[in-house]
Order: sequence, then structure tokens, then C-alpha cells
Amino acid sequence: MKRAFSLDRNLSQRLGFGLASLIAVMTVTPIVIVIIYIIYQGGGAISWEFLSGFPHDGMRQGGIFPAIIGTFYLTMGTAAFSVPLGIAAAIYLSEYAAENWLTRLIRLAIINLSGIPSVVYGLFGLGLFVFFLQFGTSILSASLTLSIMTLPVIISTSEEALRSVPQSFRTVSISLGATRWQTIQRIVLPEALPGIITGVILGLERAAGETAPILFTGAAFFLPQLPGSPFDATMALPYHLFVISTQVPEMPFQVQYGTALVLLSFVLVMNLIATVIRSRARARRQW
Amino acid sequence: MESNLSWREYVITRAIRASGYSAVVFVALIFYFLLREGLPALTEVPLGDLFSLRWYPIEKYFGILPLITGSLIVTIGAGLVAVPFGVGTAIFISEIAPRWAREILKPLVELLGGLPSVVLGFLGILVLSPALREMLNLPTGLTALTGSLLLGGIAVPTIVSIAEDALDSVPRAYRDAALALGATRWQTIWRVTLPAAKSGVLTAIMLGVGRSIGETMTVMMVTGNAPVLAATPLALFSPVRTMTATIAAEMGEVASGSVHYHTLFFIGIILFLISLIVNITASSVVFQSKKRAERVLS
Repeated sequence: MKRAFSLDRNLSQRLGFGLASLIAVMTVTPIVIVIIYIIYQGGGAISWEFLSGFPHDGMRQGGIFPAIIGTFYLTMGTAAFSVPLGIAAAIYLSEYAAENWLTRLIRLAIINLSGIPSVVYGLFGLGLFVFFLQFGTSILSASLTLSIMTLPVIISTSEEALRSVPQSFRTVSISLGATRWQTIQRIVLPEALPGIITGVILGLERAAGETAPILFTGAAFFLPQLPGSPFDATMALPYHLFVISTQVPEMPFQVQYGTALVLLSFVLVMNLIATVIRSRARARRQW
Repeated sequence: MESNLSWREYVITRAIRASGYSAVVFVALIFYFLLREGLPALTEVPLGDLFSLRWYPIEKYFGILPLITGSLIVTIGAGLVAVPFGVGTAIFISEIAPRWAREILKPLVELLGGLPSVVLGFLGILVLSPALREMLNLPTGLTALTGSLLLGGIAVPTIVSIAEDALDSVPRAYRDAALALGATRWQTIWRVTLPAAKSGVLTAIMLGVGRSIGETMTVMMVTGNAPVLAATPLALFSPVRTMTATIAAEMGEVASGSVHYHTLFFIGIILFLISLIVNITASSVVFQSKKRAERVLS
């Protein structure tokens, strides 16, 4: 035996299992603590006034309504571009694309899109949407920037959902005389819908929490009124949290934690919805 | 009616096809606009000055080396945190944990991946950095180390999910054979399953750590924003400034078309190329073919 066991095998088993469990617990505990801590610290700030009022006294008092609305607008704007485009791209990859160099190139591009740093998306949005297309620092520019960033998440999760629909469903539909698009529209898409929705929500969740891509494309430090059109800049929750935790001196902790809590709730609720849809669809699946 | 239908089908098919190509178009567009706005920096700033040690744009010093070393030291620190925790958690979830523990752990790790980076940065400022300052007796808690710890946390979910997939795809027969030969479960994990999943685990580490070099908000908020050359590992305990943080902090205040503006885009080109290299390597043929070999063997 070349590799003599220096450790007793049962001892090594216990050490190894113990270490792996410890690491897993140490990884997860901070997440739980962070969430509970923010709820504990920020819970006191939450009131109707905080959620529905405008900030005043240099953001130290009042509410965060414009930031909430701004994040809602940005998320909807992102969805308007990235959802149709992402699902169509997923349909192409799952239903039409042949295994050739072009498809490999598309997949490589998707992987790269998902890896490009968020601040580089911000630069790109500044160069293309703000300056070149002259949309200015606006909801439109920021939403377009965020949608390109969200695209890879939506494409890859939707493609997975489409691919999990059994091939026989398509074969039967085509053999009954349906065209390819009719098959996709009436058979494949409805079956894949829960998976697609999950992917869309996860993608939008990421967009809602992002700050760097909107820094120079659409986020405003402070606005006295709500944005009136897609060509206006807007306040947004993540950017607002950044501003009040780094740029405003003597900021009351409670307002900061309250803002963090609202942003966190946005993300947690979206995450929860996605999880529920996914697990319900799994339970209902009959094939 | 019949022709109307096929006309509609034609249009829809075309639209789907065009959407399919969109990802390629966007990557090309991003690269084009970075080059368009960033390359002028090369003619405006002499190359020797660009790769020098002083970043002080107000006085026209555009040396990006301190920013590059800043990014490197924070990323290396993040890797030291994320690799053991990420791979360890993946092993636990995929190989050891009972079903109920898995059902709790997986959503929690996914949740970490969904936490906005600005929330982590915020807690970094208010909680982690004062704690580190006290514990390590530092003049300030806003250091590369603080950034590394949080960035490590951000990289963990990526590593866990890809590494877990890789471990999962190791054929059942490998484990059964090892166990039948008298190996303990741990010996099976350590000597059979993990080596068999090596390529996938490496991909996980590459993507997790490689992508964390592009993280912006957390790093900008907690690393102290001092563009000082990080020459020794000791720089981990002092403030640094990363490439991403520099762009995020300064782009809002520069005049478009200025030297400073072009230089910030030039840094963007560097970041873009780094992410391109990381992602292409991670999805490269070497890794893929190995995975296929493992599947064929099963």
C-alpha cells in the first residue's frame, strides 16, 4: 500500500464531515443574521409616512416614496425590454437553433454578457443610450442598460424551462398538423411557463437591486417631484441607500436601516414568489 | 387565410431568430462603445504615464497601476475566503447533508446571491468595518480586507451552485464502487467524487472569483478609496481603490470627452477584457470535453 493512512479512517471521516458541516453552517449563518439584523434595526423606521412621504432635511427626515416608485419604474422598464427579447432568444436557442458555430457563438456571448461587470454596463449605457442616442440621464437609458444586463439570466433560465418540455409533446403536435410556431405557442410555452416566470423574476430581482449600471444612466441624488416621463431621471432604492450611507453626514441610522429593509423586502418578496412558483410547478408536473 | 397564417409564422420566426442573435450583437456593441470612448486615452496620455504609480486626475496624473493592484489584492483576498467556503458548502450540500438540511441550505445560499451589493456595502460600513478596526487595532476599518470578506461572500453562491452541479453529475457508480471497496464516505468524497468533478469545481472557482473582480458597489463603499499601490500582502490591512470603484466614483463628475473621461472608459476596456478571458476560459473546450468524458464513462 503506497499511500498509508496516517489518520484512522473513522477519525478522518468524522473530521471531514465535521469540517464540511461547520463550513456550511458558517456560510449560511451570516446570511440569516444579516436579514434578521436589518429587519430588527430597520423595522422601527417603517411607517406609512416613511413609505409614502418625500425625503426632507437633506434626506435625514421624511420618507423614501420617490425611491420606491423609481425602483418600480426601473424594474417595469427593464421588464418591458428584457422579457420579450429574452424569451424570444430562449425560444430560438431551444426550438430553432442547430448545433453549429453560430449557436456556440451565441452561447458564448450569453455567458460573457452575464460576466461583464455591472459598472461596465453603466459605461456602455452612458456611451450608447445617454450620449449617442441622446436619451439623456433618464429612466429609459437606465432601463435599457439594466435589461441588457438582465438578458442572460432570463435567456438561460427560460431555455432550460423550454428544454424540459418532453420532445414527444412537440412530435405529437406537429404530427397533428400544427405548424412549428403553433406548437411552440400552444404546447411548449404553456408547459414551460412556470419555469420562465421564475427566471424572469430572478432576473428582475437582480435588476431592482443594482446600483452601478444606473449610476450614470438614470439615477438622481434627489428629486423634489416624481419623474413625469421616461425621459426624466429618477431616484431609486439601491442608489438612495448608497447616497444616504456614504454621501450624507450625520444620517440617522434608523432611516438608513429602514431604507435597507425596504430594498431587502423588495428582493426577498420577489425571491419568495419565484421559489413558490417553481416548487408548485414541480409538484404539479405529470411527466 | 392559409397564406395569412404562413405570413404571420414567417414574421414571428424572423423575429425569434433576430432575438436569438441579440446577445452577440450586444457584446459587440458593448465592446465597440468601450473602445470608441476609451481608446482616445492612449493618444492623450503617454503609455508610460498611464501605467505609472500615481492616480490623481485633478493634477493630470492618470497612472492606473494602483487601481489594478487594488483590484487584484481585493480579489485574491476574496478568493481566499470564497474557495474554502464555497467548495466546502457545495460538498456538504451535495454529498453529506440529509434532505431536510439541503432544502434549507440551498435557498439560503441562493438568497445570498440575490442580496443587493449595496446592502452588503452598507452593512460593511456600519457593522463589519468598525468590528475589524477594533479587532485588528487598525487606524481605519475601511480596508482591502473588509472588501475581500464581503466580496468573498458575494462569490460564494456562484461557486456553490456550479460546484454542486459538478458534484451531482458524478455518476452514482463511482461512489458505489468506492464504498463497495471499503472506503468510508469521506474517503469516497475526497478521493473519488471530488477528483471526478475537478473540472466543474475549477469552473466554479474561476467564475466565482473571476467575476468578483468586477464587483463595484460593495467594494467602493468599504475599501476606503485610496489609490495607493498595493505592493505587499500587508496592503490588505490598508485602504485601497479598485478599478471598478474608480469608475463608479468618478464618472459622475467628469466632463464627457475629457482625458479623465476617456481614461475611465479605458479602465472599462481592461475590465471587459478580464471578464472576457475569465468567461471564455471557464467555458472553454478543455473543461467541456472533460465533462463529456466523465459522462461517457458512466
